[in-house]
Amino acid sequence: MSDSASIMPEHPPVTDWINDFDHTDPVWTEDPFPIWEKLRAASPVVHTERFLGCYMPTTYQAVKEIAYDTEHFSSRRVIVRDVRPEITARAPPITSDPPEHKPAKQILLPPFTPDAMKKLEPRVRAICNELIDEFIAEGKCDAAARYTKHVPVRAIAHMLGIPEKDGDLFIKWIHGILELGIKDDNALMDAVKEMTGYFAGHLEQRKKNPTDDLISTLMKAKDKDGNPLTDEHVLGSLRLLLIAGIDTTWSAIGSSLWHLAKTPADRERLVKEPALMPLAVEELLRAYSPVTMAREVMKETTVSGCPVRPGNMVLLSFPAANRDPAMFPDADKVVIDRKENRHAAFGLGIHRCVGSNLARMEMTVAIEEWLKRIPDFRLDPAGKVTWSEGTVRGPRQLPLLFGTN
Amino acid sequence: MAAKLKIRVDQDKCQGHARCKSLAPELFELDEFGNAHETGDGSVPASLEDKAWLAQSNCPEIAIEVTEE
Repeated sequence: MSDSASIMPEHPPVTDWINDFDHTDPVWTEDPFPIWEKLRAASPVVHTERFLGCYMPTTYQAVKEIAYDTEHFSSRRVIVRDVRPEITARAPPITSDPPEHKPAKQILLPPFTPDAMKKLEPRVRAICNELIDEFIAEGKCDAAARYTKHVPVRAIAHMLGIPEKDGDLFIKWIHGILELGIKDDNALMDAVKEMTGYFAGHLEQRKKNPTDDLISTLMKAKDKDGNPLTDEHVLGSLRLLLIAGIDTTWSAIGSSLWHLAKTPADRERLVKEPALMPLAVEELLRAYSPVTMAREVMKETTVSGCPVRPGNMVLLSFPAANRDPAMFPDADKVVIDRKENRHAAFGLGIHRCVGSNLARMEMTVAIEEWLKRIPDFRLDPAGKVTWSEGTVRGPRQLPLLFGTN
Repeated sequence: MAAKLKIRVDQDKCQGHARCKSLAPELFELDEFGNAHETGDGSVPASLEDKAWLAQSNCPEIAIEVTEE
């Protein structure tokens, strides 16, 4: 729930999920999976009057149709919110449609290839061990607050060339944009403004003293006509990398540790068979996909036979698609060595997450290093696991006990 | 003798998820944007046939074609 004074009225609790769904309802936040099953049984596309009108595709097929259809569905708004103010702060390429999308994306792709991530991997391994050193002797910790959050914060700061110690600021802005911002436009605008000011300062520094980091790479990049990117474009892409690069992976690592804490069989198997990690990471990404995107309907069309009309948003739930039993046998079961897994955790089509290779590397390294140092752990019955609300889902409190403690 | 396999990555469909490269690094190469291409002419050595099918069945964009010659 929002912890700030909200300018919008609180949402009434949902009683009719099929015709009045709300992805910010506390019941959804706590356990969305039975809700998605109910919606999927009702229709491949459901609708709510909340959020000024919003559809949700409930099947893998319907999600895929929308993700591939950039003619009828625009990415200019990528968060489903209570309000739809004029678009001021763009974040290319995530908020871009064709034909602007491809050149904006191609600038960001080379720094995020698997080979580029291999160079970053030793730093991430060191970050994980520095964090574990801080709490391992205590025999317990809130893993969301002391581990899973800091891995992506420090990794992305390292890549961008900004101080890792500014992490608390990043977390505050992201909370304002992705959670509070759904219902509170001021919280979102304040966060965007502060973030833009922060990065503008870093741009100015680099204009005087160029550096060898991702910010400088973006500043040196040329658009498709050979012109340097505008400061506005660079700032937009930097906002995107910070917003998209942190609580997404924070959530994915957290959900993975949560699953392993409550599933000793999977945990013991991963400790004994580390070669399973690549398949296990993909399965954890499928079962606990953190990211739900959005589209705006631009023209009337149909999705899986269901009519959709302009003026509505679309809650593009990759997490729900990844639980569709028509696509994945035993979809609600974590099969740690699942062989066939075309999951859509990083999206489908042209907007495939630019940071997917970074996210996979961080997840793999964070779970590997944790299991090496803390092979035996469980949920702390004295604590409570809490989950983030809305666009990105993952544990925000994850109290764990280690070993036989 | 089993039929020989050949793979091809459809460049219109590939979005650079790189699942194939992770599962079958011998059979795929990534370009500077991270998009996948089949190694050489796409012929699959008999010892790597399982990996070819594994890569094919994990591509989220259904961009990998496996054909039997």
